[in-house]
Amino acid sequence: MSATAENAKPLVLVEDVHTYYGKSHILHGVSLKVCAGEVIGLLGRNGVGKSTTLKTVMGLVQPSAGKVMFEDLPITGLPPHKLARLGIAYVPEDRRIFRLLTVMENLRTGFDRHGVTEARKQELLDKAFAYFPVLAERRNQPGGTLSGGEQQMLAIARAMMLEPKIILLDEPTEGLMPRMVSQISRIIEVLHNDGVAILLVEQNVPLTLEASQRVYIMEKGAVRHQCAASEIDVHHPVIKQYLGV
Amino acid sequence: MDALAHFFQLLVIQTVNGVVTGMILALVASGLTLIFGIMDVVNFAHGELFMLGAYIGVIVMATTGNFWLALIVSSLTVAVLGAALQIATLRPLIGRDPLNTILATFGISLVLQNYALWQFGPVARKIPEPMNAYFNLFYLQYPWYRIVVAVLSAAIIGGFWLFLKHSKFGVWIRATTQDRVMAQAMGIPVPLVYTGVFALGAAMAAASGVLFAPLTGVDHSMGLDWVLKAFIVVVVGGMGNLGGSVLAAIFISLIEAYATIIPIPLIHGGALTWQELAPSQAVIVSFVVLILTLLFRPTGLFATPK
Repeated sequence: MSATAENAKPLVLVEDVHTYYGKSHILHGVSLKVCAGEVIGLLGRNGVGKSTTLKTVMGLVQPSAGKVMFEDLPITGLPPHKLARLGIAYVPEDRRIFRLLTVMENLRTGFDRHGVTEARKQELLDKAFAYFPVLAERRNQPGGTLSGGEQQMLAIARAMMLEPKIILLDEPTEGLMPRMVSQISRIIEVLHNDGVAILLVEQNVPLTLEASQRVYIMEKGAVRHQCAASEIDVHHPVIKQYLGV
Repeated sequence: MDALAHFFQLLVIQTVNGVVTGMILALVASGLTLIFGIMDVVNFAHGELFMLGAYIGVIVMATTGNFWLALIVSSLTVAVLGAALQIATLRPLIGRDPLNTILATFGISLVLQNYALWQFGPVARKIPEPMNAYFNLFYLQYPWYRIVVAVLSAAIIGGFWLFLKHSKFGVWIRATTQDRVMAQAMGIPVPLVYTGVFALGAAMAAASGVLFAPLTGVDHSMGLDWVLKAFIVVVVGGMGNLGGSVLAAIFISLIEAYATIIPIPLIHGGALTWQELAPSQAVIVSFVVLILTLLFRPTGLFATPK
């Protein structure tokens, strides 16, 4: 792990979190941290608890033990809408855009909030449309009529409207064609350059290693390995051991 | 020829009647379908909010003599009461089995109904019509007030639709209806949206209560008939579908109105006879529509694909 990350103050700190779905014990003491502006990759096979980790940070599932801190504040138990206002945005695996709302209305759920001036709203929109010109073209179309890739762009743009300090990004390239995948990869870089931290759950290992500064590798509901992304590549024994690539 | 002309006149009169009743019913049903669509709550207390609205209208009318003031004060008061009821009784039940909320709203309806009986007694009260103008509809002196009620109901529903379509809170409501979890993740305060929606639905019930009071009178059980019909409308229109409810309300009110003038086949004493229904029996056709809808189109006649 790089020295800067070791010493830097964490933006999000997850400590020994245990989460259950009913009686199923999903997270067995997950600990990780994300510093401001950092892109962190969370790798692992299907069903090891990566998405549940994101949901736990977002407050969508409540941990039974352990704690989650955001900027040194304990946020365990806070409702998701308060976490969103604090600066945590969530882009779920299945995108979950509001299908009957237009593209503009989808974005409005993020930017139309207390304390945002009209000028700022316009800036946010201009920025999103500059990154994703196709959304500007389709602004009055219902979200459900967009293609899979466009929906993914909308889900990311919608999260950006919250002006978050961190985006929890769950499998953004799943099911997308290669051209879209490289566009998502570019947008992660842009967000990183803007100083937004990203906790990235991805099956695409090369993309994750390229986009991230550090990676955590999970197995059976716990973090088994962590290192700087630059220390490993897809052929590294750790990747072979935990991901079987 | 005379008989045909007479029938045509009856048909026009019943169409006007059907549309007027349909619009009031649509206003009651809109609140009900809104609350169901967003919160998955089947609100059995909706009829009592309608009834309380009418009683508050009676009180404000008695004090100020101003019908329109009564309409506004009653809607606002019942909205606040609705918000308080939602926070106290329904909010703690969010995420539980829907049966819990059904029982809770049923309990609220009993409490409110008996409170009204205790407070106002069993004798029906009357609110005078705010206008005494009539126009000639063939051989009838038709009160303008009924037309005004229909137009006002349409205006309230239309205003509400614009609010849903364009306001920030309207976008919040629609987003919450579609995906509660994602709405929360986008910073939408879903518990507040729930309370606001319940208050809005309650205000619409109260407004329809005041508007309808001059036509029938106000008593503690007046909500029952309306909420029963409103439930039929909500199911026929497609649960949670605002436009569907409005269409279904007009559709059902029209066929009820026509059933009193158009002979329908009935088995009477073992023989098939053709006869019109008495107005008090016309509700039967609503149930027939309900049963047919449930059998052949359970998502509602006017359902839109989600």
